[in-house]
Amino acid sequence: MRVRHGPGQQGILQLLTAYANFVTRSPYSVQSGVLMRGSGVDGTAIEASGLVKRYAGAAALDGVDLAVRAGTVCALLGPNGAGKTTAVRVLTTLLRPDAGTARVAGADVLRESQEVRRRIGVSGQEPAVDEILGGRQNLVMFARLLGYRPAAAAERADALLDRFGLAGAGAKQVKHYSGGMRRRLDLAVTLLLAPQVLFLDEPTTGLDPRNRNEVWAAVRGLVAGGTTVLLTTQYLDEADRLADEVVVMDEGRVIAAGTPAALKARVGGERLEVVVRDAADLAAATAALAEVCDGPPEVDADAGRVGGDVARPVAALGRVLSTLTAAGVEPTDIGLRRPTLDDVFLRITGHRTGPRPDRAAEVADGTEGTDGAEVAA
Amino acid sequence: MSGATPVATGPAPLPQVLPAGRLRRAVRDGLLVARRDVSHWVREPQMILWGLAVPIVTVLLFAYVFGSGIRVPGDGDYRDFLMPGIFVQTMAFGIGETLAAVQADSAKGVTDRFRTMPIAPSAVVLGRCLAAMLYSTASLGLMVGCGLAIGWRWRGSAVDALAALGLLLLLRFALLWVGILLGLRARSAEAANAVFGLLYPVTMLSNAFVAAELMPGWLGTVVEWNPLSSSITATRMLFGNPVGTATSWPGENALVLSVVWPLVVTAVFLPLAVRAFRGLSR
Repeated sequence: MRVRHGPGQQGILQLLTAYANFVTRSPYSVQSGVLMRGSGVDGTAIEASGLVKRYAGAAALDGVDLAVRAGTVCALLGPNGAGKTTAVRVLTTLLRPDAGTARVAGADVLRESQEVRRRIGVSGQEPAVDEILGGRQNLVMFARLLGYRPAAAAERADALLDRFGLAGAGAKQVKHYSGGMRRRLDLAVTLLLAPQVLFLDEPTTGLDPRNRNEVWAAVRGLVAGGTTVLLTTQYLDEADRLADEVVVMDEGRVIAAGTPAALKARVGGERLEVVVRDAADLAAATAALAEVCDGPPEVDADAGRVGGDVARPVAALGRVLSTLTAAGVEPTDIGLRRPTLDDVFLRITGHRTGPRPDRAAEVADGTEGTDGAEVAA
Repeated sequence: MSGATPVATGPAPLPQVLPAGRLRRAVRDGLLVARRDVSHWVREPQMILWGLAVPIVTVLLFAYVFGSGIRVPGDGDYRDFLMPGIFVQTMAFGIGETLAAVQADSAKGVTDRFRTMPIAPSAVVLGRCLAAMLYSTASLGLMVGCGLAIGWRWRGSAVDALAALGLLLLLRFALLWVGILLGLRARSAEAANAVFGLLYPVTMLSNAFVAAELMPGWLGTVVEWNPLSSSITATRMLFGNPVGTATSWPGENALVLSVVWPLVVTAVFLPLAVRAFRGLSR
């Protein structure tokens, strides 16, 4: 059965397509492999190789390899549309890759998905809890589904409510919770089984600084207890604070990986920037910066901005300021800036964050879930 | 919040996983999922009341306002003619309830949460099915009470009346899978609402309120072949209520069709819904 249609056409065609998929595709591809228990042979909690996932021809994942050691935190860093969430969905058995293999906590995500589910906890971008039920009801229900007997489920629910500072709100309907409380309840549900590997998809997006610190503290506590954590983030700062290893993704590919220190070394340390009003002062500013920067300063003539990486930021700031004052140049702005995700991208890929326009359109189509193209292909 | 102290760490306090076969486990999980819906009704009973307001208002409107001007071919009582149509409409509107609930779960990520948990893949769908049938049985009971209150009666045997209720629940069971599939595929709550809006004309384009033989020729044919009309006619027959005077093929074979249609719909949509839930085609 062949069904051809554009990504926008849904409805009845989608039914046909679903039926076609149902008829033509076998649910699992068979691969040879030895069943292993727990983490992998060399203490690897997550290992993926050659993961590919295409939507309507555009690759959301374009050959991703990953290796995360047990008991460490790995941060997938990248802008929207980089493929971070798709990677997490594949590793958490929610999405079948078009190609590639992955093992999580020693089990194959395709052939032993149920075994993987027993060993992982997943917290998505939005708190996935029942809004109508109370917080405690949520925990008890999910605990019962995970196999706890009634008394044990109640005990576990109370212990987690207590640990996440929700003991007083257990009876309250979740729809009356604040954003931070929902996040914490979501984490509590995720930890019901004390997972070996925890997946957190943008755990702090949309949280205020206080709640963000709470989530970070919880993650550190878990890692101290031996849990492996894979988190996705758009913030270099977050990856820096939490992760042992950072994997930078862009357009469905891993473009860099290493410790936060190594990554920052690659991007450069802190950056000193000077902005002047008169174009005539640019030369003086560039000369002043050249004395303290690690390399030749970058000049943005249109913005009147000169910037460069500095090894000793405070000393450099003082020296540049006095040089400029001696030369009679008064900058409109001068300051130190930590490298951002944008800087990482600029250095590694040569372009700024955010999918390029042509690419953005493809990816947007892809996320609409177009089975039709797969059938036609 | 625990600050720097470990949160739920170390060797997991392993749950006492029940030693049970896969089927038993699936049934147990399904019951747990269904219980979630029951908890919803306890928490927010007003949702049920709103859901029942529409059919009750429809009964009152047609029994007292429009019904005064609608004739039943063959000279039957209009309220006896009307109620089987209302029962079928109530079952058909169940699609909307299922769709909205399933869509909300998908949008909130609750469906994905279920799918990353080591529970039987069929349990969530089974639980949804149990809860929907429980809800439908209760609302059908309420609509029967509503009918009795306005003077509707079943004129046949009690066995036939029970068979009629069985037919209605069979229809609801079939439509459940349509609702689950559409709910899993709906991109937004707006899309779910749009489908709900479509249910009105589809149920109206049946012989629920007016006999097909009173409509213009082509429209009458469309109405006669509407699968819902078969269920309505069959329900009327079993309740001993007036069925009109038409002699069309679907009308004469209403009893058979009222069983065949739901079975066909179930055969097509049940595997699709389960497959969509497992997400294997995405």
